[in-house]
This record gives sequence, structure tokens and C-alpha cells, in this order.
Amino acid sequence: MKKLNINKDYLITYGMVVAFYIIMQILQGTGNLSSLFKGLLVPLCVYTIMAVSLNLTVGILGELSLGHAGFMCVGAFSSAFFSMCMKDVISSSLLRFVIAIIISAIVAAFFGIIIGIPVLRLKGDYLAIVTLAFGEIIKNVINILYVGKDGNGLHISTKDSISLGLAEDGKVIINGAQGITGTPNDSTFTIGIILLLVTLFIVLNFMNSRSGRAVMAIRDNRIAAESVGINISKYKLMAFAISASLAGVAGALYAHNLSTLNAMPKNFGYNMSIMILVYVVLGGIGNIRGSIIAATVLTVLPELLRGFSDYRMLIYAIVLIAMMLFNASPKAVEWKEKHSIKRMIASKKQAKEVE
Amino acid sequence: MSFLNYLINGISLGSVYAIIALGYTMVYGIAKMLNFAHGDVIMVGGFVVFTMSSRMGLSPALAVLVSIIVCTVLGITIEKIAYKPLRGASSLAVLITAIGVSYFLQNLALLVFGSDTKLFTSVVKIPAIQFADGQLTITGETIVTIIACIIIMIVLTLFIKKTKAGQAMLAVSEDRGAAELMGVNVNATISLTFAIGSGLAAIAGVLLCSVYPSLNPYTGSMPGIKAFVAAVFGGIGSIPGALIGGVLLGIIEILSKAYISSQLSDAIVFAVLIIVLLVKPTGLLGKKISEKV
Repeated sequence: MKKLNINKDYLITYGMVVAFYIIMQILQGTGNLSSLFKGLLVPLCVYTIMAVSLNLTVGILGELSLGHAGFMCVGAFSSAFFSMCMKDVISSSLLRFVIAIIISAIVAAFFGIIIGIPVLRLKGDYLAIVTLAFGEIIKNVINILYVGKDGNGLHISTKDSISLGLAEDGKVIINGAQGITGTPNDSTFTIGIILLLVTLFIVLNFMNSRSGRAVMAIRDNRIAAESVGINISKYKLMAFAISASLAGVAGALYAHNLSTLNAMPKNFGYNMSIMILVYVVLGGIGNIRGSIIAATVLTVLPELLRGFSDYRMLIYAIVLIAMMLFNASPKAVEWKEKHSIKRMIASKKQAKEVE
Repeated sequence: MSFLNYLINGISLGSVYAIIALGYTMVYGIAKMLNFAHGDVIMVGGFVVFTMSSRMGLSPALAVLVSIIVCTVLGITIEKIAYKPLRGASSLAVLITAIGVSYFLQNLALLVFGSDTKLFTSVVKIPAIQFADGQLTITGETIVTIIACIIIMIVLTLFIKKTKAGQAMLAVSEDRGAAELMGVNVNATISLTFAIGSGLAAIAGVLLCSVYPSLNPYTGSMPGIKAFVAAVFGGIGSIPGALIGGVLLGIIEILSKAYISSQLSDAIVFAVLIIVLLVKPTGLLGKKISEKV
């Protein structure tokens, strides 16, 4: 019989998410949640899913990706496109949304494979810049894409909505830089949390699987891994595609939370990729729970700092630099080791034993 | 004729990219870090000139000089406060700190100057030259940009080849540990590199704003990314690579804007980069490092 591998550490992570959900629901039920914070709940799920999935690429695979928002963009547009097409066909919004999420995952995974094949041949900073380039290309191409639907089927153009040549009953679905308007608002906090749990389940189990260990072996020493017979390209691509498809899911959640979806530098540009990377690095590279905490804290922080109005982003930047210096600088690490609570307790125990 | 016009515009834009890319490439070569805040130093340089010449009425040459000094000091300060404590930490940690510095500079500029786009008056007072009955026009800004780029390249190459500080920079980029053992002051060399890179960013900022006369707190970020692409394109760490990468990128961008699609020009630039990197994984002039087992 196969023994179910239940790791205590993982249970804490799942428990943390569930506890957060319950607390939020109670707060919402008793009316203690400000409307500002309520609006933040779904984006919070989006960013945590993004951070967890990027951690798969950066922490587990060990490659720096600066184009993660590109996959989110692909997932967002493919799912929103599906929802728009099927708005009248599938009446159950839950069923439609579930299919849309699956589609976003498949399309994003497909893009992950296409992009991964050339990209994963490169190394280090070169890989980083190429992922950034792909992310920007995806954003740019979507901005000139026009897709419409009428009785004859789909029409695609890259010029403008008039050159689609739609019949009178037709309507434009993707309208170039204006994007998709009128996406049904299917995303809820509950669905977001469920998707986050599914993401966690996939990533944590992948890390503990044979394939996951192979990926980590490649990260730690590529040549040694190759010489024991691990198929490098296959496992690298696998991790990259899973990471991309989870980002696509986050995109679907994002798209169905807004009524207007367009690819702007702000939401799908490299700035977004970098923001997610900040969550991953601050949370600890390779540490999934850390990613969730960092994403939550850093998403809520600018809102908590609203009292400082104009100064809030400045404070955010300073906090970011200070946290990085405190976390990573060799001197700070040394200081923390010297003054850590665990060590103090241990040394006190030792002192007692000597007595 | 219009093709020639586009080509010259491309070279002019490319020269600006090359000057920015130099800063990226030097810092990368010596400190082994991607300085994401470099693009924002350009923006600071632009704002200093804007304040000096438009608000205080200083002469353009003096304003540019002040801007270079301010940016150089800023570069050294950033390095001292944010990057120096992280020496020896993982490169990703330094990258995130650089992003933090970039946010900081952008938001500081947002607070001081506001988010509205300022109209930048060009500091170049040279009249445009016209050839072939006005069909071919070369603006004063273009001439100054290209000449500035050439002068900077020559001076920088001479500096690195002929002076002791330049040789120290080469040594540190080659092998930091060995250079330290040979008595090179590594910290001073890294500070110097940041100083030079930031000074160049100030010049690039002035030139960029003279050619494209609009200035806001985010002006620097896209040219910064493009220059980073240019540096990678030419082979990061290589000074002639930065020049070639920058100029090629500028030409590709302007030509694709003119002949293919203005919306897709960025995508085309990035696509060319991807193709180049797939054929030559370390850029056009990058060193190939063989892997030791």
C-alpha cells in the first residue's frame, strides 16, 4: 500500500491559508472589513498564486524569470475570451468559470512550453532578459489584436475593429488596446482561496515527487544531474510549464475580477513580473510559505500606509530596501545568528547544565 | 531619402541607448549586478537639468555640468547605502534592492515634481543641417548625440587602457579576489564604476530629453530596460558591445516604427534580441566561458 506522504510543514501552510480565509469571512460577516480591504481580497489571491508559481521557477528550478506576468496575461485573455464567447451558451456561471480556468491553464502551459524550449537553453542573466523580452512581446501583440464574432464565426485582424468585417449581428470581443470589456465578474474570494489551495497542492506535491527532486538536482548541480541520467531539458521544461500554467490560472482569476481587461504596462508589463519576483525573494527563495506571507504583507502594506497619502510608495520603497538589507546582507545575517532567540535559549540551557 | 532620415534618427537614438548601456555594462562587469535603478538615474539627470535651466535660468552647459555632478554623487551614495552592505550576498538579493532603489527614486521624483509630464526645452542650440534641398535633415540634437557618444567611447576606452584606475577596473572585473590580493582597492574601484556609470546616465538623460522633449518620473524606466537589452545584445560586460548593441537597437527600433508598425516596434526589438541570444547565447561580443566540471 502506498503511504500517503503528509508533511507537517505543509499542513501548517495549508492551515494558514484556511485560517486566513475563515478570519476574513468572519470579519466580513460581522461587517468589520472596510470596502477597500474587501476589494483587495481577490487580488491578494491572484498575487499569492503568482508568487507561489514563480517560486517554482526561481526557487525550485533556480532560473530567474522576469516575464511571469506574460503568462498571466495569456491566461487572463484566453479565459476572458472564452467567457465572452460562451456568455450566452453556458448559463451556469460557476461551470463557465471552471472551464475558463482550465482553458487558461492549458493555454498558458502551451505558451510556457513554446517559450521554455528556446529560453531554457540560456543561462543566468541572459535567460532573465529573454523571459523579460517574451513577456513584453506577449503584451505588445495582444495590444494590436482585434477579434470579433458573428454568425460566420471568428474574425481576426491586427489593424482595427472595422477591418474585421463583421456582420451586423457581430460584436468585437478583443478590441486592440482597449482589450476585453464586459467580462463577467465570476471571481470570488472563495474561488480564489480554493485556487490558491490547489496551486499549493500542485507545487508542494511536485516538490516532493520524483520529478521535483530531479528538478532540484538540476538546480544544485546541472552536470552531476546529467551524469546520473536525468533528462535536463525535459524536467526543466516540465517545471517551467507548470509554473506558467499556474500563472495562467492567476490570470483567469484576475480577468474575471475586472469588467475591463486590457494589457497595460502596469498590470502585465515587466513591472508586474518584478513585483512578483520581489514577493518571492523577500519570502525566501524556494520557501513556498514565505512567498504567501510576503505577497500578502506587501499587497496590504501600501493600503495600510494610505494614511501617509503621497508618501506611501516612498515608504514602501524604503521598507523594501531595509528589509532586503536586513535579510540578506552578510553582516545582518551574522548579527541575527548571534542574537537569535533559539540560540539564546540554547545557551541558557547550556549554562544551566554546566551549573 | 526618407530611409536615410530614419537611419540617422536610429543612430541618434541608438547612441543614447549606447551611453546608457555603458553604465549597465560597466557595473555588471565589475560588481556582477544588474543595476535596475540605472534608468531612474537618467530621469534624475533630466530633472536636474530641467530645474536648473527652465526654473533657475542657468546656461545649458552649466546645467548639464550640475546634472552630471548630482548624478555622480547620487550613484556613489546609492552604492554606499544600498549595494555595499550586500556585497557577498546572493545576486538576486542585490537585484531586488536595486528595484527598491528604482521605486524610491521614481516616487521621490513623483513627490517633488508631480506626475504631470514636463516639456523639456532642448539644451542643444545648434541649428539643423539640411541636405538635398531639405529632403535630408539632421537636427542639432542628432549631431550632438552622435558626437557625444563617440567622444565618450574614445575617452572611456583610453581611460581603461591607459590609467591605473582603469586597469584596476579591468582587474576587478576579471577576478575580484585576485585583484584584492594584488593590492587593488576593490571598494574604491566599484564606487568609481558607479560614479562613471551615473555620470554617463546624466549625459544620456539630457540627450534623451533633448531628442524626446517630455519628462516625467517614469521617463527613465523604458529606455533603461531597452539599454539593458542593448547591453545584453552586444554581450554584457563588453564596452564595444554596448556601443554596437545600442546603435543596432536604436536603428531596429526606428526602422520598425517607420516601416512595420509603431505599436509593434518594442516587440520587434525584443524578438531580434531573442534571435541573437539563441544563435549567440552570450551576445554579439560576449566572452564565451567554458564550463569546468
